[in-house]
Amino acid sequence: MTALLRAQGVGKAFGGVQALADCTVEVLPGSITGLIGPNGSGKTTLFNVITGHERPDCGEVFFNDRKITGASPQQVFAAGIGRTFQLTRIFPRLTVLENMLVASQHIGARSRRIRNPLARAGGAADRHRAMELLEFTGIVGHAGALADTLSYGQRKLLELSYVLVADPAVMLLDEPTGGVNPSLIKLISARIKELNAAGKTFLIVEHNMDFVMGLCQSVTVLDSGTVVASGPPKQIRDDPKVLDAYLGSAEDDDEQAAADG
Amino acid sequence: MTGPATAPAGRHGLLPGRAARAGLLAVVLAATAVFPLIFTNQLVGTIGVDTLIFVAAAVAWNIFSGYSGYLSLGHAVFFGSGAYVVGIAARDWQITGAAEFALLPLAAVTGALIAVPFGLVALRVRRHTFVVITIAIFFIFQLMAFNLSFTGGTTGLDAPFLLWSPLMINQRFYYMTLALALAAIGLSWLIRGSRFGLQLRAIRDDEDRAASLGVRATAVKLTAFVISAVITGLAGALWFFFIEQVLPQSGFDPIFDLTVALMAFLGGLGTVTGPIVGALVIAPAQQYLTSQVQNSYLSQILLGALFLAVVLLLPRGLVPTVAEKLALRRARLAGDREAER
Repeated sequence: MTALLRAQGVGKAFGGVQALADCTVEVLPGSITGLIGPNGSGKTTLFNVITGHERPDCGEVFFNDRKITGASPQQVFAAGIGRTFQLTRIFPRLTVLENMLVASQHIGARSRRIRNPLARAGGAADRHRAMELLEFTGIVGHAGALADTLSYGQRKLLELSYVLVADPAVMLLDEPTGGVNPSLIKLISARIKELNAAGKTFLIVEHNMDFVMGLCQSVTVLDSGTVVASGPPKQIRDDPKVLDAYLGSAEDDDEQAAADG
Repeated sequence: MTGPATAPAGRHGLLPGRAARAGLLAVVLAATAVFPLIFTNQLVGTIGVDTLIFVAAAVAWNIFSGYSGYLSLGHAVFFGSGAYVVGIAARDWQITGAAEFALLPLAAVTGALIAVPFGLVALRVRRHTFVVITIAIFFIFQLMAFNLSFTGGTTGLDAPFLLWSPLMINQRFYYMTLALALAAIGLSWLIRGSRFGLQLRAIRDDEDRAASLGVRATAVKLTAFVISAVITGLAGALWFFFIEQVLPQSGFDPIFDLTVALMAFLGGLGTVTGPIVGALVIAPAQQYLTSQVQNSYLSQILLGALFLAVVLLLPRGLVPTVAEKLALRRARLAGDREAER
């Protein structure tokens, strides 16, 4: 099976810091792939390169065997790659529903229909779909509230919801459980599984090992911008190189637990 | 995807119901329409026209700056250019009397034609840098008005003389500026609730994220800038016809830039009614002070003090603050009624 999303030999340096070096990551269609590694190992940089927020110094990114290296974030999104951010990026002074409608803009652009720019934002179909997705992620009760008033976990859910509006083929999630309470983590995990069962592909950066190991069919480990291991969760858990690079000593584990709690 | 569709959550009741609002609007409109017929005093008439010009200008400024979050301190470029272009055209084409009003479309077109290159230059940068660039471009225009041969230099330009009585002048200009102000308000209201307006407000909150979600940020910002410039240019032309003279320092007036911004801030930046309320408070006060007090700097000092007070004490503006207070009170009253049962 060929990969749906492939970053091949990607390199990226910021000044003297080599964030990524000859990094090759593959995401198979229909999979949930985890991307783990210590802080500063290049996970978010890889996300930025894939989604067009950073231009790689070398290497290529392929989506559906089409080269998307250097495309703008808008083009990447329109092509079918959705992305959430480690620090959620919602529109705080728009309502939750309006946040959803912003993300439905490009659907109209794709259909090439000329739309009246002064028509009220969000047609019935867009609103209907937005409410369905909010229902799905469990924040439909806040639809009329300003996004500013949401809790941190709810913001993560909102970001997830509005990326779903465009129905991307691949979702790149950057630490979906960071700073989120345990019951919401369960909800997020269940929703990802459901979406995956419906055919959506995921690439997830995450520090919460239980979450990653419970959810992902395949895990790729980055260290200092290079892939050190890749395979099923079980294999990764037992890989001495991974233990060395990331899971590390018991002290590190405690730190991680403290950070997660 | 699972889950039944639910009806969109109802709007939060910040203001009274729809019927009450429509009624209020009708009363305000009727009062506005008969105002110049009741108040025929010369000073009141002048203040009325001046206020309506500022309502249009502040609403126009808010369509761009309020909705997009890009604060322009260079809108006097459009105001002054609107005044100057009709002045130059009237002079060179020897247009006299009421025929001058046929030149109004020229002011609108000039606003748009200046806004496109102005916007393309200034909108390449974000936020604070944008503000600085708008100020710089403003001063370029003021210097041009002072120094170019066709602008009349320091003596400025005179408008064609209208053979109307002073009362007729006030009343007719009142209705013309009222029409412009209402058109601006209507447009602002339409834009606020539209796709286009949503895109502008998304840009205000997080431009990069909006762009990555498919919002064509540059095109959206430029369109709003041009719309804003067209209305401001028209306001400038009407103002020139009304006071019958434009000078480089009055057409391209830095105080104008600050005043329209302050009106929007006082009333509520990015709201439909905010700039109207702000203009209705500030413009008459300023005009009255200027007409009653010998020292012309007093109104400017007060304007500066008001700016500080608004930014420090009322950062969100009158309309959002009052609306929230009302909503809280209504919620409390509803709670009390609930408790009595």
